[in-house]
Amino acid sequence: MSQTTPEQLADLLRSHFGDAIGNVRVTHAQATLEVTAGNLVKVCTALRDEPDFHFEQLTDLCGVDFLGFGEAEIPQSDTATSQGFGRGVTGTTAPGRFDWGNRPLHPQFLRRFAATVHLLSFEHNVRLRVRCFAPEDALPVVPTLTGVWPSADWYEREAFDLFGIVFEGHPDLRRLLTDYGFVGHPFRKDFPLIGNVEVRYDPEARRVVYEPVTSVTSRLTVARVVREDSRWQSAQSEAADDWKDN
Amino acid sequence: MADQDQAGEIRSYTMNFGPQHPAAHGVLRLVMEMEGETIIRIDPHIGLLHRGTEKLAESKPFNHSIGYMDRLDYVSMMCNEHAYVRAIEQLIGVEAPERAQWIRTLFDEVTRILNHLMWIGSNALDLGAMAVFLYAFREREELMDAYECVSGTRMHATYYRPGGVYRDLPGKMIQYKESPWHKGKDLARMNAWREGSLLDFLDAFSEDFQHKVDEYEELLTENRIWKQRTVDIGIVSPEQAMALGMSGPMLRASGIEWDLRKKQPYAKYAEVDFDIPVGTHGDCYDRYLVRMAEMRQSALIIRQCVDWLKKHPGPVMVDNYKVAPPKREDMKESMEALIHWFKLFTEGYSVPAGETYAAVEAPKGEFGCYLVSDGANKPFRVHLRAPGFAHLSSINETTKGHMLPDVVAMIGTYDLVFGEVDR
Repeated sequence: MSQTTPEQLADLLRSHFGDAIGNVRVTHAQATLEVTAGNLVKVCTALRDEPDFHFEQLTDLCGVDFLGFGEAEIPQSDTATSQGFGRGVTGTTAPGRFDWGNRPLHPQFLRRFAATVHLLSFEHNVRLRVRCFAPEDALPVVPTLTGVWPSADWYEREAFDLFGIVFEGHPDLRRLLTDYGFVGHPFRKDFPLIGNVEVRYDPEARRVVYEPVTSVTSRLTVARVVREDSRWQSAQSEAADDWKDN
Repeated sequence: MADQDQAGEIRSYTMNFGPQHPAAHGVLRLVMEMEGETIIRIDPHIGLLHRGTEKLAESKPFNHSIGYMDRLDYVSMMCNEHAYVRAIEQLIGVEAPERAQWIRTLFDEVTRILNHLMWIGSNALDLGAMAVFLYAFREREELMDAYECVSGTRMHATYYRPGGVYRDLPGKMIQYKESPWHKGKDLARMNAWREGSLLDFLDAFSEDFQHKVDEYEELLTENRIWKQRTVDIGIVSPEQAMALGMSGPMLRASGIEWDLRKKQPYAKYAEVDFDIPVGTHGDCYDRYLVRMAEMRQSALIIRQCVDWLKKHPGPVMVDNYKVAPPKREDMKESMEALIHWFKLFTEGYSVPAGETYAAVEAPKGEFGCYLVSDGANKPFRVHLRAPGFAHLSSINETTKGHMLPDVVAMIGTYDLVFGEVDR
């Protein structure tokens, strides 16, 4: 059993696929490969079969919804003035604070839905993350990988169920985790955490009925804040700076 | 009901199994297409225990979700925490102190034994052997006490934290109190291992545990009924095992020598000495043997960890106030410490934007945590890769052509826990 490092893998990927693949990055000692939906099956088949790669197993596949990436829950007013520091200002109303049309544009993610695949090569003892964005946001469609790795079956059903990503060519794309007859895709960022409907037993109708949620309200316990400051670099210098003696 | 067509042949019929069934390991529903007693096709319906853990985690600061991890695979609690905590640590670039890593190694193995005891008990019970369950739970109780001693709870520990573990191992092991049922000699016997520290207790336990495994093996390994129910049932070839996404004992019983503790070591697994048991046949019986051997290896690892931990005191949490709360005494003196404390417990800490996948060798297989952060104090997306999910998805492949009772054997050997399958 040989050992391929993520950096070697990234070089191999670039030299092998050339223009067929997008960006290859190595972060946190893990290689990430971006592939367009059109090339996904072709690239993945090669990743499974080529002796350089031999990714025998699809370990994991999941959907990601990039709506609101990098956005704070309560937007801050402009930072420090002579009057004091920036305060939280009223955000657009929860749930699903903004729709896709009014989204804050984040240059890293121009599209909303992606399927992220984690591959594992037993032979080379290396992992690879493959990300494929769905070209359309309204109806996200990504080709299925069930023909390449059978284990993709349930993962794709899960991603379809939770995110509404359609895996084109999947033999049996049914909902997996949510209730029979569930409406909506609960892990989308614009799906409220408390849900849309609740169930209760109606003694008059003598059955379980679905109603709009009234028993709980949407609440924010801890606000989401994005701090892109140098906390992690400064943490180290602060540790060196023995402020306790000051 | 079987429909008879004009030729008088019996057509296949559809049968429902679960979700309320003692062998369904919780809430599994199977819709089986059968021809007589033979399975033609199985369609598992899962999600009855779906709690949306991944979505809940998106609405909370990072540390608040550690407790949810315990509740995924609720018989291997700390291993789940380990994956989540490792993912956070990778993104923020913090490494736990050495002692904390040894404690994690120790408790991962305690957890492995806990899990395998639950598995052997329930699997044997499913296949008609009542006694093993009672034996297994006797030892499980001891290890639950180790959990309680270190974290305060028997199951949902929330003990691992980014940057270390919540607190150091206690110096005194909890003891049984006198009661009308246990007193005098009886009580002294029950507390025999508990006179010293938690480490003394685990040392005594792990030394004795090999004999306990002998007892389980005596009940099952050469048991004619057990072998009839498990040998040659649900054979998984190595190629199948890889393609179907299997991991852990499911993979190793098929003859693939793959263990993340050896191949991609984390915590202190590179420094402990242990073997990877591997099967040859890939049937239920081999998976049984692999898990039994794993329990023995875990006990050996526990002894090595105890040995190290006894000799090397030290911090168990990083000295970084961004993730770890300052000491109480410091807060009385230092404004800075107070601010850090306040910030940490109201807002939490922001994790730099990025993504990572951290996997641990959980007792059931590879438990992974895919974490995407956008620089906020809450995760942007958490995906938990549960071994049981991949295993269960293969049930149609592995049980096709088997008899109905073999499905029960197969569910048992998958070691399913619906907390992690449904998440």
